[in-house]
Amino acid sequence: MSMQDPAQTDLGFSDPNPQLGARYGRIQALAIPVVSVLLALAVGGILIYFQGVNPLTAYKVLFEAALGDEDGLLRVMQKSTPLILTGLAVVVGLRVGLFNIGVQGQLTAAAIGTAWAGYHFDLPMVIHIPFALGFGMLCGAAWASIAGVLRAYRNVSEVITTIMLNSIAISLADYLASRPFKEPGQPISRTPLIGDTAVLPTLGVVPVGFIIALIVSLFLGWFLIRTTEGFRFNTVGLNPSAARYAGISVKRTIVLAMAISGALAGMGGAVETMGIVGRFEPAFNAGLGFDGITIALLARANPIATIPAAILVGVLRTGAASLQFETGIEPEVVDVILALTLLFVAAPIVSRYIFRVNAERKHKSKLGVGA
Amino acid sequence: MRARWAWTLTVIVLVGIMFSYTQDEIKTTSVLSFSLRYAVPLIIAAMVGLICERSGVINIGIEGQLLISAFAGFFGAALTGSLILGTLFGIGTGLIMGALFAVGAVSWKMDQIIAGTIINIIATGLTSFFYVQGQVLPGNTPIVAIPFLKDLPLVGPVLFNNGLFTYAAILIVVILQIMLFFTIWGLRTRAVGEKPSAAETSGINVQRTRFVNVTFAGGLAGVAGAYLSLEAAGTFERGFTAGRGFTALAIMIFGAWNPVGAFAAALFFGLTQGVASQLQADQVVEIPPQFINMLPYVMTIVLLALVAGRVRPPAAVGKPYEKD
Repeated sequence: MSMQDPAQTDLGFSDPNPQLGARYGRIQALAIPVVSVLLALAVGGILIYFQGVNPLTAYKVLFEAALGDEDGLLRVMQKSTPLILTGLAVVVGLRVGLFNIGVQGQLTAAAIGTAWAGYHFDLPMVIHIPFALGFGMLCGAAWASIAGVLRAYRNVSEVITTIMLNSIAISLADYLASRPFKEPGQPISRTPLIGDTAVLPTLGVVPVGFIIALIVSLFLGWFLIRTTEGFRFNTVGLNPSAARYAGISVKRTIVLAMAISGALAGMGGAVETMGIVGRFEPAFNAGLGFDGITIALLARANPIATIPAAILVGVLRTGAASLQFETGIEPEVVDVILALTLLFVAAPIVSRYIFRVNAERKHKSKLGVGA
Repeated sequence: MRARWAWTLTVIVLVGIMFSYTQDEIKTTSVLSFSLRYAVPLIIAAMVGLICERSGVINIGIEGQLLISAFAGFFGAALTGSLILGTLFGIGTGLIMGALFAVGAVSWKMDQIIAGTIINIIATGLTSFFYVQGQVLPGNTPIVAIPFLKDLPLVGPVLFNNGLFTYAAILIVVILQIMLFFTIWGLRTRAVGEKPSAAETSGINVQRTRFVNVTFAGGLAGVAGAYLSLEAAGTFERGFTAGRGFTALAIMIFGAWNPVGAFAAALFFGLTQGVASQLQADQVVEIPPQFINMLPYVMTIVLLALVAGRVRPPAAVGKPYEKD
């Protein structure tokens, strides 16, 4: 699989308007993810039922904990912030036909880099925040570029290299936090706290990181659909041979897309470090990168749709903690629900049903029955 | 070109082992035994990837298939009190996961990478959700020494004094090598992976061949998973397959989609890990443990970068089959 021509990779998500309009109407494009989530919640409910808890009670606890009060909403926003960014990282990859499973590693590389930039320097806030954020993004971009360059110039599958780079990043960060960057006099491996000047503030009740993530989503939506570079991305993703024929450098586009993807993942790690954790501690951000894959597929590789998809995952993850506390249900039930959602979205089960209903209706209206 | 490169490496490694054996028999034997044990799940998992890709299907869900069969094997054995039943649970679960992947990647013609990712995410979710602490296995898997052969110098204790899974792995490689290149099944499988439209014209049912092979490969993943929890680790932890399913794909590529080649690649992989661990244990070099952990992943990337372009995957790999 590593040696196939990039021309042969088409994940089907590179269409600037994926499956909207042409085959499905707008309502169907929205209905597929919504129905998928509901189905997944239903199946998750069966699992909860077999654990001896009323599923309705469990879901009530889950959603109330996340959406019931200001405190819950704040936690949802905090949780969703890195998820929006990791989701976008996967989206950018999908647009050029790359499957970046290495978001977790890029985020980890950025988190340790940001922590270092945050505690090692003493700068005024206006410089320190952009510096630490930018340094984290750079770490993420550099880490992803290894896979990007290998893909573009040696034709090595990014799927394998990014997975391997995940494990390497986690070990490397673990080493850095236990030796050179370790907080002195502490038994556990972790870096010192970042300086106050590097902490992302909260505007009223809204964390600044959340606002940044929203702006980045909108910017990326504009970038992918309205700019020349975005056009190049989509062309390479749709048909690399045609792109090459049109004079687009496929290699350069692959490297650039992977670097941007890594920078977005890195931003996720940086924002998490600067806004919530305040230092690097191994395994504190586990899972954020993998949720990004689910979110990107749920959003059908659309940067704007990434926002609600990430918030949904954020709500489930936030509520899961209370679920365990109040009902004893393992929070991992959320992993099962998300996996099922992904299955229903990506597999043609739901879409085929909705599509068929729609086709029948059209057929009937042609016959003058349903019109 | 590539064959010469591979032979040179093999000769260097063998000479190195011989030299080391003359210096320290016990240590050499223990390093080689470690290497083989490390390689066993990689060998079997690489065969899973190989069967799938030879049929034209990229299976990146091997990791998930390993994880969930290791889970089923462990808890099956712990709850029934029988290692044999546990192994069967593991293999059965592998077959189910193989069939599930085949439904998505073959029948529904989903993007194969996404179908594999779903398998991985489902496996992580289910094994985490149903995980319970404090279960123990009813016993250890037996070590079976083969009479006479076990007394050979060096190869005896390394190759012929092992658990059943290790022999199974070697047997699977040999059988698969023969089946792939000398039987009708092999010819059909390769045809389906190289040029499915031609295969269909000559009367081979492409979809069915792919479905059966991918499901069967899932059963093999079940064997590898059962080995991990029942023989290698004797326990199960969340996410403990630690990327072996992906490393196996890299090993399949180094082996140029050839069972014996992948076998050799997996052994080489195990050997580097064994040597590194021994160097650390002897305190010859001071390597932080994190760097030992990183070694197989770094090697995967470096070797992929070196080998890339010298080997050719099956032509139709990754493409769902559409009738013309």
